[in-house]
Amino acid sequence: MTFVDLKGVSLTYRLGKETTLALADATFSINKGEFIAVVGPSGCGKSTIMKLVTGLLPASSGEVRVAGEKVTGPIKGVGMAFQNPTLMPWRTTMDNILLPMEVVEPHKRRFRSNRAEYEAQAMKLLQTVGLADFARRYPWQLSGGMQQRSNLCRALIHEPELLMLDEPFGALDAFTREELWGVMQALWLEKRFTGVLVTHDLREAVYLADTVYVMSKRPGRIVLSRKIDIPRPRSLATTFEPHFVDLVHELRDRISQEHA
Amino acid sequence: MSDLRREALKIAMPWLATAVLLIIWELACIAFDIPEIILPKPSKIFTVFVARFDILMAYCWDTLWTTVIGFLLAIAGGLLLGLAIGASPFVYSGLYPLLIAFNAIPKVALVPILMIWVGVGSLPAVITAFVISFFPIVVNVATGLATIEPEMRDVLRSLGATRTEILTKVGIPRAMPYLFASLKVAITLAFIGSVISETVGGNNGIGFLMLSASARNDAPTTFAGLFAIAIMGVLMYAICALVEKRMTRWAFRGEIVG
Repeated sequence: MTFVDLKGVSLTYRLGKETTLALADATFSINKGEFIAVVGPSGCGKSTIMKLVTGLLPASSGEVRVAGEKVTGPIKGVGMAFQNPTLMPWRTTMDNILLPMEVVEPHKRRFRSNRAEYEAQAMKLLQTVGLADFARRYPWQLSGGMQQRSNLCRALIHEPELLMLDEPFGALDAFTREELWGVMQALWLEKRFTGVLVTHDLREAVYLADTVYVMSKRPGRIVLSRKIDIPRPRSLATTFEPHFVDLVHELRDRISQEHA
Repeated sequence: MSDLRREALKIAMPWLATAVLLIIWELACIAFDIPEIILPKPSKIFTVFVARFDILMAYCWDTLWTTVIGFLLAIAGGLLLGLAIGASPFVYSGLYPLLIAFNAIPKVALVPILMIWVGVGSLPAVITAFVISFFPIVVNVATGLATIEPEMRDVLRSLGATRTEILTKVGIPRAMPYLFASLKVAITLAFIGSVISETVGGNNGIGFLMLSASARNDAPTTFAGLFAIAIMGVLMYAICALVEKRMTRWAFRGEIVG
């Protein structure tokens, strides 16, 4: 069942008299519960796709539909995580993670009177990412990897149908990054939200996604859509199997053409 | 042990520096035989300070409460206007030039106008303290709001947060360290404001006391007044700094990690 549907979507940025075509004629759809990844050379409009799907930016032409409804403004209740963890330094990890509950209906109405229940729910989520002991700490007392885990928890606590990840592991060291792929996959296998991952890292894309879209350099067009038919759960060992490596090479070759 | 000594020295430093300054002053007065009417010796000022302590306190009290009331009004008004300016680009572009123009006016020039409007007394002092300490608060609060990370805003918008929710959940907490930083500047400015008003056209407060003392060529009393203002300024600054640390502990992160 199609959940997100883009038809001929373009976006033009206007800066003074100059106009830049950031995204050209994107047409693709994401099924409900599918996890897709968008890869491409830097500056190709990957993040633009995220902003268009969530309605943070209006499309210059074309149509974006989410859950059958045309997107005209920011759609509600989406989970988002960026490369920068954007945790609030004045809130503890627990309070940071509970933020969506203070904003998203129906939790918003119930939040004050059912705080304990929500805290238990957040605690469970923190346990799955291995942060249970850090709930009362402040973000700046956590390492970069821990901050990014909290960031994921915040994006998922309200069980959004749509999760947007914009290079969430980009600033982490290689070991932490690979560990968090596993965490992310486990969360997805449990909750089965629809996921959109924007990344530079082809191994990350193949590890996590059901379908990988390759974009051309600016103006961004989708030049390849590749189904990843590796069974789940995938592990780090999977990433060394020939089929995985072949897929990564195929994507790499397609992107190299863009740089040629 | 040496760590402890360094710590003790750090605490003692401000007192030592003040003492050294006063001693140099005292010695210079003696060495160059400076007449008391031009520059009294610190020891003389101290004697007068003690002898006239009651009078000084009474006048200090006047200055203190007018300053504090003006300052509190400035916090309330500055916070509101700062939030409005920081949250809305239209309010910003509309009011910012006006604010800058107003801030450029020397506040001394306002006092005669205020006296025409509200008469002589404490009210002009309160108003002058208010208008002079208002500006840094507005600018700082607006800056705090304007520097919210765009990603933070995006996270909240995609959750479906309203503008008010973004303001209360991110904007105001984010602006707090900026507000408290500005208070330290604003409180000293507030003293300048109230004393200016008392000096130009008052019948009360330490500024008025200094003015009448200098009219009698009573330099030691005038200087005693200066010292009193300086002491009040430092005390109020210390209170503001303390409140700042209490309210925005997260902004002083390094210190409580241990």
